[in-house]
Amino acid sequence: MTDLTRLTLTDARDGLKAKQFSATELAKAHIAAVEQARALNAYVLETPEHALKQAAASDEKLARGEAGPLEGLPLGIKDLFATKGVRTTACSRILGNFVPPYESTVSSQLWRDGAVMLGKLNNDEFAMGSSNESSAFGPVVNPWRRQGSNVGAGAAGAIEGNHLVPGGSSGGSAAAVAAHLCLAATATDTGGSIRQPAAFTGTVGIKPTYGRCSRWGIVAFASSLDQAGPIGKTVRDCAVMLRSMAGHDPKDTTSVDRPVPDYEASVGRSIKGMKIGIPREYRLEGLNAEIDALWQQGIDWLKAAGAEIVEISLPHAKYALPAYYIVAPAEASSNLARYDGVRYGVREQGRDIVEMYEKTRAAGFGAEVRRRIMIGTYVLSSGYYDAYYLRAQKVRTLIKRDFEAVYDQGIDAVLTPATPSAAFGIGEKGSADPVEMYLNDVFTVTVNMAGLPGIAVPAGLDSQGLPLGLQLIGRPFDEETLFSLGRVIEEAAGHFPVGERWWA
Amino acid sequence: MSVDAATVKRVAHLSRIAVDDADVPKLQGELNAILGFVEQLNEVDVTGVEPMTSVTPMVMKKRQDVVNDGEIAAEIVANAPASEDNYFMVPKVIE
Repeated sequence: MTDLTRLTLTDARDGLKAKQFSATELAKAHIAAVEQARALNAYVLETPEHALKQAAASDEKLARGEAGPLEGLPLGIKDLFATKGVRTTACSRILGNFVPPYESTVSSQLWRDGAVMLGKLNNDEFAMGSSNESSAFGPVVNPWRRQGSNVGAGAAGAIEGNHLVPGGSSGGSAAAVAAHLCLAATATDTGGSIRQPAAFTGTVGIKPTYGRCSRWGIVAFASSLDQAGPIGKTVRDCAVMLRSMAGHDPKDTTSVDRPVPDYEASVGRSIKGMKIGIPREYRLEGLNAEIDALWQQGIDWLKAAGAEIVEISLPHAKYALPAYYIVAPAEASSNLARYDGVRYGVREQGRDIVEMYEKTRAAGFGAEVRRRIMIGTYVLSSGYYDAYYLRAQKVRTLIKRDFEAVYDQGIDAVLTPATPSAAFGIGEKGSADPVEMYLNDVFTVTVNMAGLPGIAVPAGLDSQGLPLGLQLIGRPFDEETLFSLGRVIEEAAGHFPVGERWWA
Repeated sequence: MSVDAATVKRVAHLSRIAVDDADVPKLQGELNAILGFVEQLNEVDVTGVEPMTSVTPMVMKKRQDVVNDGEIAAEIVANAPASEDNYFMVPKVIE
């Protein structure tokens, strides 16, 4: 029999309906693949019994002809999504052994539609990071290796050599999809955390418009920027996933009450006559030549498919990253105030309650999270609020206006590179200066600041044999155009599956 | 703007994060690197610009002001590090 884990989500869906294999067989194949890939550290919790139970229920529904849109399809869930009765930690020590008595809205909709949960996926602690190195469970290994690298399976199932990071914060989601450890995964994106890891692993990731997916039950990082979305093997797979994840939720007042389109129908739709903006400000000084060439290649592909290319200007784009590093930490410092060692998670004893708080938070949070809470506290503190936070929110208005002006000119979407480089090595960035790591999100963060949808699609390999991605930015709530354009790039570039299971 | 050692300690206390004196210089350097990076926002003319309050302009939905959840005290304290009779337990606050 063919390896069921190599199927795309939509091929597996069609195979189940055609009774070529059962949901139980599909789940078992994935459970075995997950077990053999523990050295990648993509999963922080495996839930095989749960998966087999859901798969058995799916087989019954399939037999009765009552299959949901995701019936019997095994998924991985980022550990930021609360899963009822299943440990959820945001990959932080401070949540300890937290077992939510409730289910996040997004994941509940996946189960409603018949999906099967394989387990919880690794991420940067509280989704703060671009390499998955800040996780309390340790880093994730990117299933991609540089040509001629020394990375391989060592003794006792460990990985040897200086492996690459999968990006972050949804590093476990991206690595699991790329390594065929699930058919698709949930992820979240606050500054690039879906698109950057997708680009680093040759997978597709979409951050929908702010408000498209409910944030209820997702561990909060920066509430005005956080948005859930899928990482999948193909554009079509992401379209199918997003349809189930999206939708209005009365429990999240920022979720938008408008119908969810059939996104899959937009995959393969003609892009003839669409106007694609190329922002001149994204041509950064010192931009990697391979990234620049890939961008030009993307322009040529879209042109060949009938799109019109227009040079545009986003004059405030360069200020998105510094403004983000005020707004996001400010919101994080407020959101993370709840981790006080009282209601859940771990507690360190102190002489009095303040010392208990201080010791608990010092021991429970990792270095990057502590740093961001402190920056956030500082920029919100009396005397600095206007100079930092208020100014950053004003700059954010200007960033959004730039996009509004472009869309008013009739531009349908904006094409940019997804990341300034391919995947880098573990320990390579950010150890001396945190800003070095932050620069990874330079192309993606603008989209969060303006609340727009953005998709990352793999578009080629660099000279080291590593995947590179392109990003398309759409109008608010026009994810459909992104799926149509993304599919054109995918068709031209081809797919980039990881070849051998070198880790097993 | 940059922070001195005293400010780092003050911010740590405001954040309720214990910081060892030995770790202050490193933290000060990291915080100053971030503050140095965001300094470029001062180049932007923001005169007359409204600060963003919401990326998606929409009227907030309101629900009826009624009790629609609750009576689940045991579930709420189930994850607490210390609880007794469905109360969260903390060190003594008032002498």
